[in-house]
Amino acid sequence: MKHMNEYRDPELAKLYLEKIAKTVTQPWSIMEVCGGQTHSLVKNGIIDMLPKDITMIHGPGCPVCVTSLSLIDKAIHLAVNENVILCSFGDMLRVPGSKISLLEAKAKGAAIRILYSPLEAVKIAGDNPDREVVFFAVGFETTAPANALSVIHAHRKGLSNYSILASHVLVPPAMEAVINDKESKIDGFLAAGHVCTIMGNAEYYPLSSQYKVPIVVTGFEPIDILQGILMVVRQLEQKKYVVENQYARIVREEGNTAAQKVIFEVFEIKDQTWRGIGTIPKSGYAVKEKYASYDANKKFSITIDEAPEHPECISGEIMKGIKKPFECPQFGKKCKPSFPLGAPMVSSEGACAAYFHFSGSVEV
Amino acid sequence: MCLAIPGKIKSIDLQYNNSVRMAKVVFGGITKEVSLEMLPDADIGDYVLVHVGVAISKVDEEEAYKTFKYLEEIGELGELEDVEDYLPKKEGL
Ligand code: SF4
Repeated sequence: MKHMNEYRDPELAKLYLEKIAKTVTQPWSIMEVCGGQTHSLVKNGIIDMLPKDITMIHGPGCPVCVTSLSLIDKAIHLAVNENVILCSFGDMLRVPGSKISLLEAKAKGAAIRILYSPLEAVKIAGDNPDREVVFFAVGFETTAPANALSVIHAHRKGLSNYSILASHVLVPPAMEAVINDKESKIDGFLAAGHVCTIMGNAEYYPLSSQYKVPIVVTGFEPIDILQGILMVVRQLEQKKYVVENQYARIVREEGNTAAQKVIFEVFEIKDQTWRGIGTIPKSGYAVKEKYASYDANKKFSITIDEAPEHPECISGEIMKGIKKPFECPQFGKKCKPSFPLGAPMVSSEGACAAYFHFSGSVEV
Repeated sequence: MCLAIPGKIKSIDLQYNNSVRMAKVVFGGITKEVSLEMLPDADIGDYVLVHVGVAISKVDEEEAYKTFKYLEEIGELGELEDVEDYLPKKEGL
């Protein structure tokens, strides 16, 4: 195991930092899209070690953070008012809805179960034929195959009491929306490695050439990120704007085609509302008509209006990279992981929580 | 939730009239049932990256070991264990 520490080796990290410093001749802003990368950047102190000309901007890369308030309210409504066992990933639990969170609803007696995989929810549906089982299916492209597969499994088993509340968000349209936002200024991107494991690199070619931004598909360990930053900076300094793959040990050019097949068997692309950002065209997945009986939105026709965010939370600006967490007046004051006002403080992959937990430069 | 965790395939079961391959995958000391539907050529003994119960990519042993150790260090393995035990205990609830 001679390479065991390769991706966290401080000597290697120092080398990359020196190379980056030698390459940079002017200020650049680079967005890391994935919340796992934000976590890694902050936790390992990379942000403080980078040359001052490089500004890392934290992207909207946490699906828990961008799930709309109305969907959370809808999930709570189903668990509280209908004959439903609501299943979800653990990260969703503390995200505040417009009034309460799923955790608070659970404490008040709502049937909410936290699962590791949507496939477990299908088992629960099989074991509880007299109840409706709804899986709150959040996630980026990485999670979509598992959520789609749960529908296929339920269909194979002939279950009529299973459905998903789909809340998928897609990364490339969000990157385009961020580029087009007049207030945000991004020179290059680290694209999310695990998203690309599923979808491959092709989706990024038009973005890179049309908007003249380097896009480097990057892993999430410290050395991955430093390598990714160096690759972006080299392109910027050479006025080159292409898609490169730093994470080639995992990501294949074409992605995982079996997973793509499963996704598009069950889902079709639709416009999606992102919490704190608004509606982004063609940035989500909806269950296809063919599987309509597994679509909780259709099965339980409840309409819940989009509620406003907490008035003091600036999560939209945080997720578009316009402001840093410590620029929010409530950061570490009224808003902490134990009492989050907004979603980026809830999940450990949210930018506000990452800063709260790890940034030595911040007084909390 | 977005990270994928590497583990080793211990055994493979055929389900749904032999049309679906489910595997027992070992992560450190924990074994989980995982779908191999996205990796048709994965076999017993292979290392795979698993995301929410579905294997999404094959990895080599060294990569698997490094990644597992890293996830352990940064405290990202909680979701593998009984998730209910991991729920944040909020004061007063
Ligand atoms: S610190 Fe809290 S209130 Fe401020 S933007 Fe982040 S989540 Fe919202």
